[in-house]
Amino acid sequence: MAAILETRDLCLSFGKLRAVDSVSLSVEEGALTSVIGPNGAGKTTFFNLLSGHYRPDKGAVLLKGQDITGLPPYVLVKMGMGRSFQITNIFPELTVLLNVCVALTASTGKSYDCLHGLRSSARTVSEAVSIIESVGLGPYVDYKGSTLSHGDRKLLEFALVLAIKPSIMLLDEPTAGMNQEETNNTVRLVREISREKGITVILTEHDIDLVFSISDRIAVLNQGRLIALGTPGEIRSNEAVKKAYLGEDA
Amino acid sequence: MKDRSASFVRRLLPFLAAGALVVYPLALPRFYSSLAIEIFIMALFALSFNLMFGYAGMLSFGHAVFYGIGAYTAALVLKHAAESMALAIACSMAVSFVAALVIGFICVRFTRTYFIMLTVAFGELVYVIGHRLVGVTGGDDGLVGIPIPQISLPGLPVIDLSNMRVYYYFSLVIVAAAAVVLRIIVKSRFGHVLRAIRDSQQRALFLGLNVRRHLLLCYALAGLFAGLAGALLVPFEGMVSLETLHFSTSGNPIIVSILGGTQFFLGPVVGAAIFILVKDTVQNVAEFWMLWMGIILVATVMFLPGGVVGFVARFKPFRSAAGIAKKEE
Amino acid sequence: MLLFLLASGLTLIFGVLRVINFAHGSLYMLGAYFTYSVAVFSGSYWVSLLAAPVFVACAAGLIERFFLRRLYVREHEFQLLLLYSFVLIIDDATKAFWGTSIRMVPKPAALTGSIEILGRAFPTYTLLIIGLGPLVALALFLALNGTKIGRQVVAASLDREAASAVGLNVPFLYSVVFVFGAWLSGVGGAVVAPLRGASPGMGMEIIIMSFAVVIVGGLGSIWGAFLGALLLGEVLAFGTLIVPNLIVLLPYAIMILIFLVRPQGLLGRGGG
Repeated sequence: MAAILETRDLCLSFGKLRAVDSVSLSVEEGALTSVIGPNGAGKTTFFNLLSGHYRPDKGAVLLKGQDITGLPPYVLVKMGMGRSFQITNIFPELTVLLNVCVALTASTGKSYDCLHGLRSSARTVSEAVSIIESVGLGPYVDYKGSTLSHGDRKLLEFALVLAIKPSIMLLDEPTAGMNQEETNNTVRLVREISREKGITVILTEHDIDLVFSISDRIAVLNQGRLIALGTPGEIRSNEAVKKAYLGEDA
Repeated sequence: MKDRSASFVRRLLPFLAAGALVVYPLALPRFYSSLAIEIFIMALFALSFNLMFGYAGMLSFGHAVFYGIGAYTAALVLKHAAESMALAIACSMAVSFVAALVIGFICVRFTRTYFIMLTVAFGELVYVIGHRLVGVTGGDDGLVGIPIPQISLPGLPVIDLSNMRVYYYFSLVIVAAAAVVLRIIVKSRFGHVLRAIRDSQQRALFLGLNVRRHLLLCYALAGLFAGLAGALLVPFEGMVSLETLHFSTSGNPIIVSILGGTQFFLGPVVGAAIFILVKDTVQNVAEFWMLWMGIILVATVMFLPGGVVGFVARFKPFRSAAGIAKKEE
Repeated sequence: MLLFLLASGLTLIFGVLRVINFAHGSLYMLGAYFTYSVAVFSGSYWVSLLAAPVFVACAAGLIERFFLRRLYVREHEFQLLLLYSFVLIIDDATKAFWGTSIRMVPKPAALTGSIEILGRAFPTYTLLIIGLGPLVALALFLALNGTKIGRQVVAASLDREAASAVGLNVPFLYSVVFVFGAWLSGVGGAVVAPLRGASPGMGMEIIIMSFAVVIVGGLGSIWGAFLGALLLGEVLAFGTLIVPNLIVLLPYAIMILIFLVRPQGLLGRGGG
């Protein structure tokens, strides 16, 4: 299977702090890769480099073989990259349905249309509804985004990312702040996205058990450096990883 | 039984309102027509502002630029080109639109505080330029003696726009048409995309939306409609002064929209009515109506963040009426 | 250097409260008018120089405590709109109370006349105003870095939540900054009163210039405000010589230019 995403010697420093230090890795198409590491390891910064929020000092990011280093987010989306955020990013004043309809409209390039209503296309609406139902928010279709619970908001964010039909999804701590039921829900969704829809998934997480149970491959960062990359089994027995987590049960 | 009478009233309301609007100038002395025209123009100006602010979240303190440009363009067309209202309006809208594209191109690249400051800077810049270009704008004296056109449509009697009552109907039709167009825009895909951008620019970017371009189009449309409002001002006053470009004029649509309620489509319209009525009432008694406007604005900002329409919408019997005005579906 | 007095207050308020004080020019104008009234009442300019800024500070304190403070939890725009409303109120109230003609304030005897420097005569008063600028800048610098409350203010400006988590009374600090910034405006008004008198439009005139200075220098940076005031002052001075017709355009043109080239200003942090 081809590498869909590749980073080469990616470096970013904030002043004297080396947030990301020469990280090179490649992600296979359709695989589910988790990026883990102790706090401050540079996971979110790494993500931000992948998704165009930051420009690296050195190195390159390649998507499907093309150099995407430093390209703005909206271009990356058009190339097939979707992202969810640690602090859930939805449209709180719009209803769940409108949220997803906006996402669908954006992906079809009709966002400048000043004449037709957002729900004027029955196809758009039914597609939106099916996406909403697939993430489990069916009963909340007409609820305003701001009225949803934290867990449901994350589900809505999932729906938004799915709506733009990405070939690769970056999920930044998708289960942060969730209770057990919500976490299970999210895991099921992520598995579904990865296995059934064949979308490449890269996620960062603090929940190590979760990571080990769903990942095809795990990348471990520590102080900005990539210290290990391999299958869950390989990572579990990796000495450097154990040292990095010092005291954490891997 | 209660439900049926409530919905009956709700469906009757727009007809009653329309009827009142039609009969209004005939039933009352000319002064009241003049007052209403002021409200219509201010309402359009504010609606154009609220497209930017209420829907896209852009707070511009320099919107008078397009209002003034629209007014001066119309005046110049009427004075030097042809005594055609249609031409004047078309030119005003075109020039304001282009001006808004140019200024907006620079402004929309910034957010919040920087955006606001930049709009202020452009506002002042244009005002000062207008002040200097005495040949074009008449400087401090403004443009006076502008011929008020007549409209001759085949088969209809000549429409004399210098007649206040006639101008009432004319401006009502224009403003209503503009409002309808704005409503279509606001309910469209573009309109919802704007609201999404207002909610979360970051998420909008991550859906693949070129946020800047969308905001630019919004800004330009707002400029276009402000220009139309400015054009309507010309036959009404028969003259144009630099005041149309002044910083304080930029403040008016802001005050009006906040008063009425920025989250409701007709909020600015209600706000315009209140604004003009207060201004007129106070001006007859005292000189300092801005002081009272400031106090009302403070009260609104502190206690009625949803504006008057927002406040009224809280009460159930009015909710249906507000439903006509309400933005959310 | 008058510009610096206003610009420094403006940038300080923005740096800490994150809000552009639209009412800054109006407070400056109040300073001038209070100076006039106190001078008339007491017969002494020095008394009014002392008292007027204090009155302005009090007015600002009331605005902050009872109105602005309640809006910190709300959206940014509401705070701006509130301050704008007070511009309307203050400007009209001033006209109502003091009338629309310019109120002149006589210069104190000690400061009339001129001083000779390098063979040329400079009006004493102007020299004083020029000298005031660096003095105030230095005082501010020392206050923010040297005093306990100054450092608390800096802390609150960097991270409001962290500051309150470590026990700093953030609302109090916000008030202090707002009132102090207003006091600086008041001083500006008091200082300009003998030179140009108190007039109804003076608030409007200076506020936009002050915006330009603050943007050029960088929002939030006091030294930036100093530099910006210096720069703009020089540009205006040269401008009068070279392009007197267009001089009025210069501040805004520069402001827009800065936005295009370096939006965070000369010494500012963070972008648009």
